[in-house]
Amino acid sequence: MIRITFLLCLIGLLAAPNAKAASSNYPLKDAEVDLGDKASLYRGAQTFMDSCASCHGAKMMRFGRIGDDLGLSEEQLAVLLPEELTKPGDVIETNMPAEYAQRTFGIVPPDLTLTARVNGGDWLYTYLTTFYADPDALWGVNNAVFPDVGMPHVLAAEQGLFQPVYETEGEGENAKRRLVGLESPERPGTLSEEEFEQKMRDLTAFMVYMAEPAALLRAHYGPYVLVFLFIFTLVMYLLKKEYWRDIKH
Amino acid sequence: MIKDLGKWVDDRLPVSRFWNAHLAKYYVPHNFNFWYYFGSLLLVVFVLQIVTGIWLTMSYKPSAENAFASVEYIMRDVEWGWLLRYMHSTGASFFFIAVYLHIFRGMMYGSYKKPRELIWIFGVLILLVLMAEAFMGYLLPWGQMSYWGAQVIISLFSSVPVIGPDLALWVRGDYVVSDATLNRFFALHVIALPLVLLFLIGGHIMALHEVGSNNPDGVEIKENKDNTGKPVDGIPFHPYYTVKDLFGLGVFMFIFAVVLFYWPDGGGLFLEHPNFTPADPLKTPEHIAPVWYFAPHYAILRAIPDKFLGVVAMVAAILILFVLPWLDRNRTRSIRYRSTAFKVNLFAFAAAFIGLGYLGTQAPTALGTLASQILSAVYFGFFVAVFFISRRERTQPVPERLQ
Amino acid sequence: MADSPSNPARRRFLTGAATAVGAVGVGFAAVPFLSSFQPSAKAQAAGAPVDMNIGKLAPGQMTTVAWRGKPVYVVNRTDRMLDSLSEIEDRLSDPHSKVASQQPEFATNLYRARKEHERYLVIVGLCTHLGCAPTYRPEVAPDDLGDDWRGGFFCPCHGSKFDLSGRVYKGVPAPTNLVVPQYVYITDEIIRVGGTEEDLA
Repeated sequence: MIRITFLLCLIGLLAAPNAKAASSNYPLKDAEVDLGDKASLYRGAQTFMDSCASCHGAKMMRFGRIGDDLGLSEEQLAVLLPEELTKPGDVIETNMPAEYAQRTFGIVPPDLTLTARVNGGDWLYTYLTTFYADPDALWGVNNAVFPDVGMPHVLAAEQGLFQPVYETEGEGENAKRRLVGLESPERPGTLSEEEFEQKMRDLTAFMVYMAEPAALLRAHYGPYVLVFLFIFTLVMYLLKKEYWRDIKH
Repeated sequence: MIKDLGKWVDDRLPVSRFWNAHLAKYYVPHNFNFWYYFGSLLLVVFVLQIVTGIWLTMSYKPSAENAFASVEYIMRDVEWGWLLRYMHSTGASFFFIAVYLHIFRGMMYGSYKKPRELIWIFGVLILLVLMAEAFMGYLLPWGQMSYWGAQVIISLFSSVPVIGPDLALWVRGDYVVSDATLNRFFALHVIALPLVLLFLIGGHIMALHEVGSNNPDGVEIKENKDNTGKPVDGIPFHPYYTVKDLFGLGVFMFIFAVVLFYWPDGGGLFLEHPNFTPADPLKTPEHIAPVWYFAPHYAILRAIPDKFLGVVAMVAAILILFVLPWLDRNRTRSIRYRSTAFKVNLFAFAAAFIGLGYLGTQAPTALGTLASQILSAVYFGFFVAVFFISRRERTQPVPERLQ
Repeated sequence: MADSPSNPARRRFLTGAATAVGAVGVGFAAVPFLSSFQPSAKAQAAGAPVDMNIGKLAPGQMTTVAWRGKPVYVVNRTDRMLDSLSEIEDRLSDPHSKVASQQPEFATNLYRARKEHERYLVIVGLCTHLGCAPTYRPEVAPDDLGDDWRGGFFCPCHGSKFDLSGRVYKGVPAPTNLVVPQYVYITDEIIRVGGTEEDLA
């Protein structure tokens, strides 16, 4: 009994979620990432190339790999290639020179290959959908999960611009305002709320895939390996039982 | 023909003598339980780490400029590279899981007691070198956690009076953790420390096979031999324990594969999420936590408000294991026949270790620090209590033969 | 402890089964380790077909392009050069490109080139002796190469000689003709070195 308790403790310890730096307390939304949904990943890839890749690179991701993993035809893959001369073996690179970015944005837009692995899909999805108007901020927008974000709201035309709802905490000089929610914009975007959220879910799914393309391989090979190891273990168990018949005590 | 060749070799190399001495005629108690799987499993994991490690070095580039990209290159561009890398990273965590369980087994059944003190000392040395090995290996991916973790731990050296700052500088080979540090850690991680480990493991096993294995009853089987000189309660390691350990290996590999294929980052414990950002010497992550297997020691470090004393406590937490065979003055080995006081003491120790492990991964809070202090006291208290409890302990009679 | 098993057949069977399962397991486990030696995606991307524009290549001129890290020579041969090819066949060791490994099917002709663009020679610029890069010597009868030199490639390392179709002369260290790589014409002016007919689809 004690042993089992001990093991349970150990498992509990391992399962304890690692404390992640909380840069904001805004609740994360569920991105419902499904790497099996290749159509969603493909739509996400297109959004990525259209809306992200002009400023951000993803220098560890090759176009050909996307084509192979998502089962794209040559025509479908060609849609993703930014230039006619781009080869499938090329990686996703941005056209924006770092120097220009530094001058214009004050920061070189980070490479996005692994972003989903650092922050998680849910964070990414929430980030993509929670830009809001903030006249004090550099680009006139802020973000619920990335305070003082250094990026403009690229998709404002599609989403519209959310208005923040603040709550004031404390009194007098200590008063602090805290973001508690977002209100739909007065002037709606070109996409409906559902359309936009689906688009961001697709984008998130693609970025989760991009951060670890091997996840598809893991899912593919995992069952075979486990079935084999189960058989291996079973045979070894029978063998052990057979030999241990000799031992009579 | 093959038999002749076998004899030819055997006349020139003690193959069959080795086989008999360590496997076919090496007599082992017949009552090993669950806890006795971890020794052979550790050997397997060691080999796995060596082999996958060799393969990883084929594509890894030990330089500040290329290290991070080369790991992702392994994860993406090298055929099956992702599997090799995950085997190595998951293997590191499983190494420590098995080591901690193996040590706990030794403490439960008194495997450190006379005449097995040297086996225990070899074991603690292995633990020490393994920690150094893991620490240096963790720098190699050159992510944010790699970098800042190394920065924090190496800074600990600077707390040593007088020579501290120079010592830290010497370890890094630069004013900060840098390319030079990465390169030397790589050399130590891939060849120097594995060689040391190999020798220590050899010593550990040789010492074990000299005195024979302990068992859950703590009965010395060599004291009860039949007229041919075989221990009556002993069975040859091969085939009985080889087949049993193969079964254990199957279960272990199954669990290993579940993690490898479905949970390779272990919820951020086996592979920490911020480590997927390249090292940036100008920006510290908001929360630095060591990998889980260092977390208990890290919690002890943080529990002590003084920097140097914290380091002393952390190091002492491991070094104190060396003297356990002499702190425990009771001759009864197995927990089965020892007093309730000892049992409570041991499980409090294990619980404190786990608790410290949890606290070590969390961001520091006032409450957490207090808890760490209490649990550190319990951790060290175990050794003090063992010393006093064992002196006049009321143990139950140990049977003559295995039960 | 019994000395002999109660059921030897069962024991033999289980031992055999365990050995088989173990061997299969080792075999599976070896696959990732061995496959990881294959060219990586990066190497494959670097080894991808290379496009080059030959529109500006003047008659008699040679240009070089790197493909899979190897120099690929492209020569725009003049009529005089093409005529010279049939004149020297008796001095060559494989004038009819019989060694199949040295060129794709389409290049087993006098010009060792694609029929519809026979003027252009596309060839891997590595000597088949020990892998030096031969120099392009289009001139006729230079001092160092003798009066009967009709233009071709000369390897500076060990003096192997090749004609303007990359065919090897007799009596030189190089055993075979220079290699013609796989290539296709995307347009009349763009050659895709390493490309195949599938690229035209």
